[in-house]
Amino acid sequence: MPIEAIVKVLFIFAVMVMGLAPIITWIERKQSAVMQDRIGANRADLGGITLLGLLHPAADVIKLMTKEDVVPDGANRVMHLLSPLIAAVPAIIAFAVIPFGGVYQFGDTTLNLVAADIDWGLLYIFAIGSIAAYGTVIAGWSSNNNWSMLGGLRASAQMISYEVTMGLTVVGVFMVFQTLRLSDMALAQDTSFRIFGFLELYLGLNWGWIDWLRLPAWGIFYQPLGFLMFLAAIMAENKRPPFDIPEGESEIIAGYHLEYSGMRFGLFFMSEFIEIIIIAALTATIFLGGWAVPLLSTDAIIGGISSVMGVGFATGLCVLIHFATFMLKVIFMIWVQMLLRWSLPRFRYDQVMNLCWKILLPLSIANIFATGLVLLWVKG
Amino acid sequence: MTVETILFYIFGSLAVVSALGMVLNIRNAVASAMSLVVTMVSLGAIYLLLEAYLVAAIQIMVYGGAIVVLFLFVVMLLNLSTDEFPPGRQRLIKLAFVIAGVTILAQVLIALGRDPLLAAQPQTVPEGFGGYRQLGIALYTDYVLLVEMASLLLLAAIVGALILAKRKID
Repeated sequence: MPIEAIVKVLFIFAVMVMGLAPIITWIERKQSAVMQDRIGANRADLGGITLLGLLHPAADVIKLMTKEDVVPDGANRVMHLLSPLIAAVPAIIAFAVIPFGGVYQFGDTTLNLVAADIDWGLLYIFAIGSIAAYGTVIAGWSSNNNWSMLGGLRASAQMISYEVTMGLTVVGVFMVFQTLRLSDMALAQDTSFRIFGFLELYLGLNWGWIDWLRLPAWGIFYQPLGFLMFLAAIMAENKRPPFDIPEGESEIIAGYHLEYSGMRFGLFFMSEFIEIIIIAALTATIFLGGWAVPLLSTDAIIGGISSVMGVGFATGLCVLIHFATFMLKVIFMIWVQMLLRWSLPRFRYDQVMNLCWKILLPLSIANIFATGLVLLWVKG
Repeated sequence: MTVETILFYIFGSLAVVSALGMVLNIRNAVASAMSLVVTMVSLGAIYLLLEAYLVAAIQIMVYGGAIVVLFLFVVMLLNLSTDEFPPGRQRLIKLAFVIAGVTILAQVLIALGRDPLLAAQPQTVPEGFGGYRQLGIALYTDYVLLVEMASLLLLAAIVGALILAKRKID
């Protein structure tokens, strides 16, 4: 068991943190270049090889590592040095409960592609996320700089407000799937429902085509409003544009990380990008079916392949298919976030707060109420 | 020693040390608040070791996260020092602290003086005890009246705070 857990942790670290995070910085640059009609990052080269600009993440790391690490006069040294860690560690350990695939049976051994398959998975993510707020708040306070301080204050107000809303927007999903365990949520979405099934159910119509028009049973189809609100709330938690008022270059220079240089700034930068991956993985798991292939259940995949190649090979292939599906959804959600980041201008501070307390909060409570009514009606 | 025991000693001592750090750190209110965070998170870890997962999550989310962030917000915004209170008020505050400390100490002593076997009798808990399902069912069936009363109390507190704040703004 410990060895299995260590392998999973190393895998997550290698693929999601060390592998995907640098590539996202490249995606971000390329996305902005495409949207602003530029060529984009292509200058870092090794003897003429640029790899489409993929060398830029490596160049970034070398630059950040070799820069001087400045601690400003009058700063609280310990807090100043600790806060990038407080920001980065929660982002990384949140991957523990993300299901990269289902549970597979190889003869006697079971393979569960979740590092920690706990019953309160989503609560764990929310708990971890609430700790992450300290990174920015303390960074702003400890720098002994008024702009940083303003950034820290803004960050604390924004993150507290959106934490409440973020929790309430997914309550509808808990109600539909009747669980908080992320792997169970993904499993519940590994099926499909008939779009016009209600015709047969309530009107007694029995047309053949009703069985064929199907949608995957994803959270986004049960909770479309919940999906939009959750995405808005969790993107505000990550403090990226259009919600980047704690940094707001035009008003408070760079906000909470103004006095950071070198790799300590790099850690803030990295934690932001790791959080993008977490957001993508979380929305993919809750709303987009996780590892489930649309309209093709696990049994159908394994059954279909094993009739040709044997059960063991079929299960192994199914693991790969599910993992690839999950990663495709994650990359899609990352792309959606990049698209939003480069399309929308920064909101004003009062707009961000109004969106949270006056729009998202009442709407999410209405969503919970409506979901409850529908569930009562459908399930009796 | 099992892994659980070792972890308990680690988090227990962390909780005690950071609690002391919070109280003894009189010069720096922010460092005090951060010590409180460490205390809360270590307590959450101890709840985890007791397999009280929901309590652990709420401990970290509400006490470790939201409440202390609010403390920090106020501390950073006001930057208060003790000199800003009038001397009479300061004496009152100290008296309140002494009364609270003595009360808690008395409670601890009474708890320690009770028959230790009473507390140590192991009992098996039903399946899923303390999970979010059981807690939700208990809260919204047997204790629904108490939940509603508590929410009414909180609502009154919010409205009161709003009125107080509004008078200052106007």
